[in-house]
Amino acid sequence: MSIVDEAKATVKGAVQGVMQKAIALAPDSWIPGGVPDPLIRERHGQTGRPVSRIDGPMKVAGQAPFAAEFPLDGMAYAAVLFSRIAKGRIASIDTAMAEAAPGVVLVMTHRNAPRMAAMPPFMSSAKAAGGNDLPILQDDRIHWNGQPVAVVLAETQEQADHATSLIEVSYAADEAVTSFAEAKAQGTKPGEFQGQPLKLAVGDAEDELAKAAFKVDAVYKTPRHNHNPIELHAATVGWDGDTLRVHDASQAVAHVAWSLGHIFGIGEDKVRVTSPFVGGGFGSKTLWDHQVLAAAASKLAGRPVRIMLSREGVYRIVGGRTLTEQRCAIGADADGRFTALVHTGTVAMTRHNAMPEPFILPARSAYQSGSFDLRVDVAYVDMIANTFMRAPGESVGTFGLESAIDELAVAMDIDPIELRLKNEPEQDPTTGLPFSQRDVEKAYRDGAERFGWTERPKTPGSWRDGEWLVGMGVATATYPYYRMPGGAARLTVDATGHVTVDIAAHEMGMGTATAHSQVTADRLGVELDQVTFNYGDNVLPGVVLAGGSQQTAAIGASIIAAQTALYTELLKLAGNDSPLAGLKPDEVGGYRGGLAALDDPSRHESYASILSRAQRDSVSAEGTPPMPLELQHWSMHSHGAIFVEARVNAVTGETRISRMLGSFDCGVILNPKTATSQFRGGMIMGLGLALTEETMFDERTGRIMNPSLAEYHVPVHLDVPEIDVIWTGIPDPHAPMGARGIGEIGITGVGAAVANAIYNATGRRVRDLPITLDKIVD
Amino acid sequence: MLTFEYTRADSAAAAIDLVEREAEAKFLGGGTNLVDLMRETIERPRALVDVTGLSAAIEVQEDGGVLIGAAATNTALAEDRHIREHYPMLARAILAGASAQIRNMATVGGNLLQRTRCYYFYDDAAHCNKRRAGSGCDAVDGFNRIHAILGASEQCVATHPSDMCVALAALDAMVHIEGKDGTRQVPVADFHTLPGDTPQVETVLAPGELITAIALPANPATGQTYRKVRDRASYAFALVSVAASVRVEDGSIADVRIALGGVAHKPWRATKAEAALRGKAPSEDAFRAAARAELADARPLRDNGFKIGLAERTIVAVLQELTA
Repeated sequence: MSIVDEAKATVKGAVQGVMQKAIALAPDSWIPGGVPDPLIRERHGQTGRPVSRIDGPMKVAGQAPFAAEFPLDGMAYAAVLFSRIAKGRIASIDTAMAEAAPGVVLVMTHRNAPRMAAMPPFMSSAKAAGGNDLPILQDDRIHWNGQPVAVVLAETQEQADHATSLIEVSYAADEAVTSFAEAKAQGTKPGEFQGQPLKLAVGDAEDELAKAAFKVDAVYKTPRHNHNPIELHAATVGWDGDTLRVHDASQAVAHVAWSLGHIFGIGEDKVRVTSPFVGGGFGSKTLWDHQVLAAAASKLAGRPVRIMLSREGVYRIVGGRTLTEQRCAIGADADGRFTALVHTGTVAMTRHNAMPEPFILPARSAYQSGSFDLRVDVAYVDMIANTFMRAPGESVGTFGLESAIDELAVAMDIDPIELRLKNEPEQDPTTGLPFSQRDVEKAYRDGAERFGWTERPKTPGSWRDGEWLVGMGVATATYPYYRMPGGAARLTVDATGHVTVDIAAHEMGMGTATAHSQVTADRLGVELDQVTFNYGDNVLPGVVLAGGSQQTAAIGASIIAAQTALYTELLKLAGNDSPLAGLKPDEVGGYRGGLAALDDPSRHESYASILSRAQRDSVSAEGTPPMPLELQHWSMHSHGAIFVEARVNAVTGETRISRMLGSFDCGVILNPKTATSQFRGGMIMGLGLALTEETMFDERTGRIMNPSLAEYHVPVHLDVPEIDVIWTGIPDPHAPMGARGIGEIGITGVGAAVANAIYNATGRRVRDLPITLDKIVD
Repeated sequence: MLTFEYTRADSAAAAIDLVEREAEAKFLGGGTNLVDLMRETIERPRALVDVTGLSAAIEVQEDGGVLIGAAATNTALAEDRHIREHYPMLARAILAGASAQIRNMATVGGNLLQRTRCYYFYDDAAHCNKRRAGSGCDAVDGFNRIHAILGASEQCVATHPSDMCVALAALDAMVHIEGKDGTRQVPVADFHTLPGDTPQVETVLAPGELITAIALPANPATGQTYRKVRDRASYAFALVSVAASVRVEDGSIADVRIALGGVAHKPWRATKAEAALRGKAPSEDAFRAAARAELADARPLRDNGFKIGLAERTIVAVLQELTA
């Protein structure tokens, strides 16, 4: 960075600092969420009911089409050939045999691929969706082991797959950094996340640690993880002139459309991306090489193309979670109050992305401490770009932090729940902002009672059932409330009183469409079956990422904004002959299929009546919510307490989890049925993180050696015990609907809760995930 | 496309004849492993001769033994009442493997011939002497947590993944083989080979020879079991498994059979441990000494040293359970 750049950055930082201060100090009423969403008071509506997913019957009947199930006329099938070296260049590539193979339409390599701009990497601009910033098939350079080097289009998938095996590639390898130790030795850099440095110091934590009455100080390691949504990454694409049509599996349709427009130089209005159903996203269903390759090959061939990655293909070109090496040290005074909280360490990342797994996020707000030293450094490895994976940062950060707290509780000989509650902060410990709503203690007390925490053995290794050692562990789950800029929605009411929501949001199986149909029914005062929720299409309003657990808030705020705009239109149409005459949009609410005065429900007119008098078939209005300033005015976080009962075999070291309970504090739960599934799914993924999941990255070659569900162990049914889920249900007065997102918090805390339960069962502390049997017995 | 001919054989002789005619022909059982390997292009047969129509009978013989047609499915064998009653370690071993769907397809003959799960064997970008003789072995210094501690070579450290075969080895089962020159029988324990300098060779089958049946000897011991240790509760290959039976008479061990899975290129019959126990009074010390005798030759690799202690403790626990 030049001196001028540094000066500019300083000024920019100062301006941002002033703004941030101003937002923090502004009166609540100026801030979005300053006036609680009236829906929070709704007690008898659809919201909060365990409604079954509206897409359920379609899926059971096979009527829900996924990205690789849209047949297009004249469609060709794509197969991808992946590089076998980590770094270097393609010395030669012979495609003649592949081109001559039966059914082959064309072979695309860097020599004949259309010219394209590089992928715009995530967070480089508002709608960038790329997993890396590399050009795709534009030159002979290889940046990771598994990078696409050729695409074959053929009349059938089998022909395409076979032809890739006929391509002869020779490589000129460069010296690659594929070992983490070597990468660290070459020097690390401070990590940045969402434009902010992953670095925070309050007081002199090392000094406080040295003076502390009690302390723990240990290194915790978490491995790479790969994404394994059940639906493989896929797209069906076609060109109509210079307009690109993409049937995608996406959690970011607007982002993907904009990014593809950028890559092909055609502008986002020439790209249509739809994604009606997604078989799991978890942070992986964004833009990776495959959609670009399919669109480029389609352009070259003049035919529509379907691409569906193999499971191996997903491992080769879709990034996962990177490894972390975390030092977590806590100092406490004689009463157990934290005087120092140190959470520092290093993660592996590439030079072609910007996603340092931000494992310090939980430590920023979870506990009071006299001093903090939080920092993530980055070591550069030549590998596939890592990316977001369910609760990036929190999922693995809570492993270090919540294990360390358990170790401190052992050292102090006090109950780990009591130790945590002693350190409950009254305000955000590092920003000083007030919490919007925080009932961690209730989550712990309710969870402990229901789980039977008092039965926990006081001495590790003291509860034995035959060969099995039994123990209990607990850990805090935490995930922030996010709402990203860019939300917008359109509401339409027709003459029958039917309401349609249009928003470019996503349904990845979590129940988005169902929950927001419920909310919309309540807001507009109609029955559930009078609501249609349209989503998953970039031509709809809004730029709504299904990520960061922010979609619920983003949709909620967008619908509130659209609702105000719609009421304005309806009141205009109602005119002076209506019982509603003279009322302002904020004085009416949806009630019994129409609008009514909030303070006098007898002043009511149905939507049908308003539209009929105005001789209109329907009325539409679009709304854009205010910028998410609430995030800088309050400290907004969800929490939970994860309870685990583990059984460890004294002979073999095998761990089997016999009971789990998640007690969550996430605001209002919009749909208990879909929410329970979300929490459970997250906790099951946490079991994988704790016990079995590990990407085998061969440090000699930079190659992933277990790219299959046979060898990459996600939990199977037998690994999953009955999982109890409860919640406080206390509304967050500053979040739309009183609700914070729940998609990610379930995975957080589970790694530590399992490790702590194993310690309680055996007396063995494992600080290196996954906790396989060889780490428990010698 | 890698095309192949597919033929269903209606007799063993016809199947052998069909395979003889095509140099790169293979017999096809349930296909649960072979078809996967074909999809990965690791196996590239020119012809498949489907032998699932041959004998799948599970018949008790006059001497009390059992003859199992090679086409019997894993599920059929595990569910057979006689097997469950008299050869419980076999039923348990089968049920410890794969998934219900796979067991429904997989045949007994095919189970014997399944290939290793070594990561480097599956990756065409890796060096593997099984895939390409003489190309080297990336597993020796790579990820080898699931690899062999016994009987491995510089050329190959892979393990045989079957559960069923471990029980068959402990039961002294015989493999009935038919070729164009006649029939022969080989003990299961001698059926698979150690890698040595030819890891691409995995069994004693000559080209064109067909497994037609498995024979279980009569009068198995009453105390027998199969224990599998693995990374998750289901659908994972054994890190270590133990099939064992013990008969104690007048306070001493009259008969003991122990076979280990997950430790070698073949189901490992623990003959040294058995010899150490025969005639001894059953005790934890005796079991441990026997296990150590068997594992004295074990050689750990980078990631799998834990298997030595794990095998020892599992053998001891199994023998204790059987003699309790």
